[in-house]
Amino acid sequence: MSEAFVLADLPEFFLRFLTLSLLSIGGAMATAPEMHRYLVREQGWLDESGFTTAVALAQAAPGPNVLFVPVLGYQVAGLVGAAAALVGILLPSTLLSLAVSRWGSRRRDTPAVRAFTSGLAPMTIGLLFVAGWVLALPFVREPDHRLGGIGLIALTIAVMLKTRLGPIWLILAGGLVGALGAV
Amino acid sequence: MPTDQDPIHTSSGSAPARPQSPADLFLTFTVLALQGFGGVLAVAQRELVDRKQWLTREEFIESYSLAQLLPGPNVVNLSLMLGDRFFGLRGALSALAGMLTMPLVIVIVLAAFYNQFAGHAAIAGALRGMGAVSAGLMIAMACRLLPTLRANPMGPLWCALFAGLAIALVAVLHLPLLWVVPMLGVAGWCVARIAIAAEERNR
Repeated sequence: MSEAFVLADLPEFFLRFLTLSLLSIGGAMATAPEMHRYLVREQGWLDESGFTTAVALAQAAPGPNVLFVPVLGYQVAGLVGAAAALVGILLPSTLLSLAVSRWGSRRRDTPAVRAFTSGLAPMTIGLLFVAGWVLALPFVREPDHRLGGIGLIALTIAVMLKTRLGPIWLILAGGLVGALGAV
Repeated sequence: MPTDQDPIHTSSGSAPARPQSPADLFLTFTVLALQGFGGVLAVAQRELVDRKQWLTREEFIESYSLAQLLPGPNVVNLSLMLGDRFFGLRGALSALAGMLTMPLVIVIVLAAFYNQFAGHAAIAGALRGMGAVSAGLMIAMACRLLPTLRANPMGPLWCALFAGLAIALVAVLHLPLLWVVPMLGVAGWCVARIAIAAEERNR
């Protein structure tokens, strides 16, 4: 079914990520199913575990989650693949974002743009609560990690709301406590 | 770093501080990206709004509302917009490069050496601990942004309705964001547009 990736595949590979970029509303993770279809099922350049590993690594490492895309590229075609995938997934969306935000900030005080910013703010804040809930869910679900996990989440919220401490100290403390097996 | 100041100060109007140079932007975004285990957004809010005060909370929500609506990773769009706002294209690229360069190097190195550390219990534990902290950071950020809705022209009832609907549709009904964001976005825009028109008539 599949053939190994050759350099001649690179233009098509790059083009595919350029297209996916414009479909990645809500983040690059939204296009993960489509990348899976292309890289694993259609072309067979990656196996299932390679795909899952890329997503897990990007989530475990610091930085934006979009970095699972260059990891996929790296697994398919080394550093050239990583570069093609990253530039592909970011270039169109970057140009569009810059154009739209410049257009919007020039018209910042018009009723239409003010309606946009104030009309969307409640939804945005609601979605941030959901994002926090989704991150907390694994700790709520698993009895083994429930007590330590929820304790750490609650402590983090309290420190963030009551102090001006930088988040890195909490992240380091969380890592340390976790490595010792308390979470 | 002032610690005696009230951390929950209500910020409105324009932000009191700004980055000194594109290099300052690059460094700041590098530092905040490297703290982003399980998501950069909460760290970005903490560093840019609460600590550096380059943005008010209102400006942060505005930029993020737009960033999530556009294609592309939300925090990447956010960094582009903030960089652009201070130093134009140079600023946008500096912020973007800061957000991506070091994390990219790290994740590629991790991918190259993955098999040597996979399955180590202490590492899995550390990642779990950092995951719990990032969940807490996210929830705390949402709490801190909540008071910005006080000045919203739609009033508290509509705000509660839209925030509640977003939570119900995504967390309870598990509808894809691709539907929820445009749907609530259009509805929110219409309600806000009417509220703003009424506000201007009464002036």
